[in-house]
Amino acid sequence: MKNIKFVYSKIVLLSLLLVIISMSCERELSEDAVLATFSPEPQVFVDGFSSGLEYYPYLDSKQEAFSVDTEVKYSGTNSMRFDVPNVGDPAGAYAGAIFRDENGGRNLTQYDALTFWAKSTKAAKINDIGFGQDFGENKYEVSKRALQLTTNWVKYIIPIPDASKLLQEKGMLWYAEGPENDEGYTFWLDEVKFEKLGTIALIQASILSIKDKTVTSFNGVKTSIDGISAKFNFASGLNETIAISPSYLNFTSSDTNVATVDGFGVITTVSAGSAVITASFNEVQALGSLTINSLGAFSHAPIPTQAPSNVISIFSDTYTNAPVNYYNGYWAPWQTTLSDDFTVDGDNILHYTIFNFVGMEFATPTIDASSMTHFHLDAYMPGAISAGRELRIIIVDFGPDGAFGGGDDSRHSTTFRAPTLVSQDWISIDLSFSNLPSLAGRSNLGQLILEGGDGSNIFIDNVYFYN
Amino acid sequence: MRLKNKQKISTKSKCFLIVIVVMLYNCSSSEIQTVTTLNQLVWSDDFDNGSVPNPTFWGYENGDGTSQGIPGWGNNELQYYTDRLENVKVEGGMLEITAIKEAYMGANYTSGRILTKGLFQNKYGRYEARIKLPLGQGIWPAFWLLGDNGSGAGWPQIGEIDIMEYRGQEPTVVHGSVHGPGYSAGEAITKSYRLTNDRFDSNFHVFGIEWGPKYINFYVDDVLYNQITPANVTGNWVFDSNEFYIILNMAVGGSFAGNPTSETVFPQKMYVDYVRVFQ
Repeated sequence: MKNIKFVYSKIVLLSLLLVIISMSCERELSEDAVLATFSPEPQVFVDGFSSGLEYYPYLDSKQEAFSVDTEVKYSGTNSMRFDVPNVGDPAGAYAGAIFRDENGGRNLTQYDALTFWAKSTKAAKINDIGFGQDFGENKYEVSKRALQLTTNWVKYIIPIPDASKLLQEKGMLWYAEGPENDEGYTFWLDEVKFEKLGTIALIQASILSIKDKTVTSFNGVKTSIDGISAKFNFASGLNETIAISPSYLNFTSSDTNVATVDGFGVITTVSAGSAVITASFNEVQALGSLTINSLGAFSHAPIPTQAPSNVISIFSDTYTNAPVNYYNGYWAPWQTTLSDDFTVDGDNILHYTIFNFVGMEFATPTIDASSMTHFHLDAYMPGAISAGRELRIIIVDFGPDGAFGGGDDSRHSTTFRAPTLVSQDWISIDLSFSNLPSLAGRSNLGQLILEGGDGSNIFIDNVYFYN
Repeated sequence: MRLKNKQKISTKSKCFLIVIVVMLYNCSSSEIQTVTTLNQLVWSDDFDNGSVPNPTFWGYENGDGTSQGIPGWGNNELQYYTDRLENVKVEGGMLEITAIKEAYMGANYTSGRILTKGLFQNKYGRYEARIKLPLGQGIWPAFWLLGDNGSGAGWPQIGEIDIMEYRGQEPTVVHGSVHGPGYSAGEAITKSYRLTNDRFDSNFHVFGIEWGPKYINFYVDDVLYNQITPANVTGNWVFDSNEFYIILNMAVGGSFAGNPTSETVFPQKMYVDYVRVFQ
């Protein structure tokens, strides 16, 4: 989880407001007076760079991926050419860049779409292409994901979700594209410009990939709303969905005493209780919601005290973790356990919901714990401990072949019940390898399996081997 | 009662309309065509009062067509028409016809169909309505006229004038058609009109015909986009004899627009600001 910090630069806007206020007593301002502040220039790249446009490739991308092509073009004298690298290209693993307006931004309020013509050397899908990325706040970012290219010139339309917000947009165009099936290729864009088509209609915006999600939370936890998209209908009658940034939406919390949400869709949990976060776009309710079930103040697990040199960590914030393939294998078909991991004050917690059993794997490479003597795990059960409730901890060694199966695997299961298992307090479990007789070896440890769940939730922290 | 206004072109605006017709048809015979200039309002409903359509103007045609002897209304349509407020109401100065996805009387969709049959019937005139259309694959709203079958004749001999038909999957296109003997259903005489910088579901547009002896002119907003005369139809001209009544409806599914898909959003609404008839 990342705690994202946003820096607001409202100075320009503020000074603009001041100008408006100070002038308002002298004469009435028309809208044009505001519009004139930033250029409404619609062209991005029609025949060469439009005024103020600059190319900024992503640092880890192939820097030379973009060039101006005078041979291949849709119309006029040239086009934008993008050479997507092959896998393994030392110049960069992918092609990607932003094209930013350096004249302070443009007023795009009169347009409803970014349009361009494109073709490619082979059928391909551009991972991301859109506008609104400026290496700043990326406040009004838009991306058409998996834009499908053909070897013929085709006109593409990327709707502006809400042009009224684009009073000073710097991000004119951005894209990111990797090899297709490991192979690079070339695509071209031409006649890149903002247009007022008049033929685009909004169908519906949505958050959280159109799901109604529920998360467990605690005071101080920050949760981001993601999976935001808007579906539009074109003159063709076809619907197109684009990914949009949170700032296009208005977010609401059903109970701001429990959780607040800002304009960037970042939720802060403030007290125990339940709050539903929803969003609206153009005054229409967006699909999807996030229910925050806050348990109030979070009690952290005891901080481990073993010296790092004596520890091989699977999951902790105290130690550097060994390579782990996954913390939840979603083993079909009987596993019900889902993951709803969270972070409180920088403390990462594995949170298993609908827990019956779950497997973690650390098999590439397997862990050689031959110099370790013990295993440690902290567990927390927020619900009541039902009669007969068990927690079984199974440590699996993959044997000399270092791989799952093969007839040489071994495992030992240790069962815990009440009174070891308690509700709403951290349960610290330490197992000595000497008490795990069914485990034939510990130089190729590959999995940790937790069993015995009754469908309730469990938090896990500080999983490590030590001596 | 019935005024037949037949005039030669005299105004500049009509010249403009004629130029369009000429361009569309590359008409070589004559640059002067007969167009009505009908500005005397004889019947109108602005839907400004009440919560249901004025019963002295409008009746309902409910059901799925079975009781009319044409299940699916002759077109494999999927909706069951009702006169419930959910499907047909007057609100905010508008008539609202709403198509809903719901299980109702054996159908999976409900909608509304109102008509002036027996309440207002007429021959000739300028008929126009200001409408904001719905959206989505399989949605089929229409503003149309059907010949009265008091003489006992059946469809298509009674004649049908589709002032506006629209497929929800083509938000910038409407169709104007006539149906008669030898040119009905899929063989109807049709012309389509496409908006270039607007959509029919985003804003209101005016759909109309100017109908006189031996011609029907179709227009959208201020654009005349088609004229149909006996020379255009592949059968008898049936629009100079019996009276016609007005129908407003929204079908779901069927042979014209195809069936809705999972992408089709429900409910869908057709808003009618007014219907006016001039002579």
